[in-house]
Amino acid sequence: MSEHSPAQKQYLLRVKREKNLIHVSRILLFLGFLILWEISARFGWIDSFIFSSPSEIWITFLKMLKDQSLFTHIGITLAETLVSFVFTVLLGIGTAVLLWTCPRLSHVLEPYLVVLNSLPKSALAPLLIVWLGANIRTIIVAGISVAIFGSIINLYTGFREVDPEKQKLIQTLGGSKKDELTKIVLPSSVPLILSVMKVNIGLCLVGVIIGEFIGARQGLGYLIIYGSQTFKLTWVLMSIVILCMIAMGLYAALDLIEKHVRKR
Amino acid sequence: MKPLLEIRDVSLSYHTSAGETPALSHLTFDLMPGEFLAVVGPSGCGKSTLLNLICGLLSAEEGTILMNDTVPSPGDPRIGYMLQKDHLLEWRTIYQNVTLGLEIRRELTSAKLEYIEEMLCTYGLDKFRNARPSQLSGGMRQRAALIRTLALKPELLLLDEPFSALDYQTRLNVSDDIGRILKKEGKPAILVTHDISEAISMADRVIILTKRPATVARIVTIDLGLTDRTPLSSRNAPQFKSYFNLIWKELNQYV
Repeated sequence: MSEHSPAQKQYLLRVKREKNLIHVSRILLFLGFLILWEISARFGWIDSFIFSSPSEIWITFLKMLKDQSLFTHIGITLAETLVSFVFTVLLGIGTAVLLWTCPRLSHVLEPYLVVLNSLPKSALAPLLIVWLGANIRTIIVAGISVAIFGSIINLYTGFREVDPEKQKLIQTLGGSKKDELTKIVLPSSVPLILSVMKVNIGLCLVGVIIGEFIGARQGLGYLIIYGSQTFKLTWVLMSIVILCMIAMGLYAALDLIEKHVRKR
Repeated sequence: MKPLLEIRDVSLSYHTSAGETPALSHLTFDLMPGEFLAVVGPSGCGKSTLLNLICGLLSAEEGTILMNDTVPSPGDPRIGYMLQKDHLLEWRTIYQNVTLGLEIRRELTSAKLEYIEEMLCTYGLDKFRNARPSQLSGGMRQRAALIRTLALKPELLLLDEPFSALDYQTRLNVSDDIGRILKKEGKPAILVTHDISEAISMADRVIILTKRPATVARIVTIDLGLTDRTPLSSRNAPQFKSYFNLIWKELNQYV
């Protein structure tokens, strides 16, 4: 049946229109915000020294692109985020597997994990700087510290909710705990692992920026702090816009990976 | 003739901090080689517990369970177990699903794989070897689960209400199907079910359990006087109804 009935055609048209409307509205909202901001700054409705303006941000952006300093800042922040993300994923899955294999250990550690997870990790950053020094390593650790505890808890909870009957199947086939892990628990947790990764990438970015605030000489976090201290608020706002784009890009990349895996 | 499986005076309780729940109490029966036993009883009476004991996943607190004079170990290779659902793994193809047991036991030998090939062809799953479980009908999934179990060449099959997740029509066909396959492969089996007609249609003997803590109330030998008996033809036998009434009355005392 390639030919749709008129009613079906009409329905499809309505769905398409609704979709278009949402897209257009989103773009208009963004453009409207930019235009209003620009006009307000030009006509002096807001103090452009504090609030900057889209055109000033754009000019600064082009200037920093030309002297190439921006690439270094973006590159450093991106690299730190990706390294801490990889560590978070590996450590998170590893620890969750360990807790799953040894329920007693998980019972012992549970209250500590809960406390560490709800602790605002920015409180740890000054300590990390003192302990590990003002270097990239510290910033990566800060990134990991924000994401790791939540991801351990989420993964472990997910592992435990895997259908016990499927694990019984492995037992009746003569399988060991390791078989239950590799044949049932991990494969059925692939969607969970992917969604935890999607959350983690954002959290790692948060941690890295916190780290850069305190102990960096390069990176977007440094640029924000430096800009605010020297009242170059255009720098701050530009960095924030770039951070938005990085966050969106990283999320979109993981989304793409997730879709690819699910399709298989 | 010596029984394949001897269950003597077996008792088991479940323990929680809230207290102790006796599940089975002094259970005794035998399974002869080649025999098909059905176990019926009120729901929650401990039928599944019994199967977990036989296959060694649980151990009895009192009494003994012997299969050919040895106690079954957890995941005993001599015993195949079919659970209530087929539990085919969606991330594996049908072929990867039916070879799961061999993969776990590291027995992917050419002889065993050939046996799987044979069964896939005989039971009509040949063309679906690369399909995902969700592409198969309920009946075909149940066959795949059976092949997965039979691939390990167990000497005894345990069936824990393997048809209960299917709708009535499919259920009749699948139980007929599985019954024929088991007869063809000559496998003794213990079927746990709450469906009296299913028990009569498939079994040589029906063991009726009391409510919890379960013990053997009565053992009924099913003789329908048929030469080539299948689960579907059994349902049409003249004696079917009287067996049904007999077992139903017996069970009714324990509800």
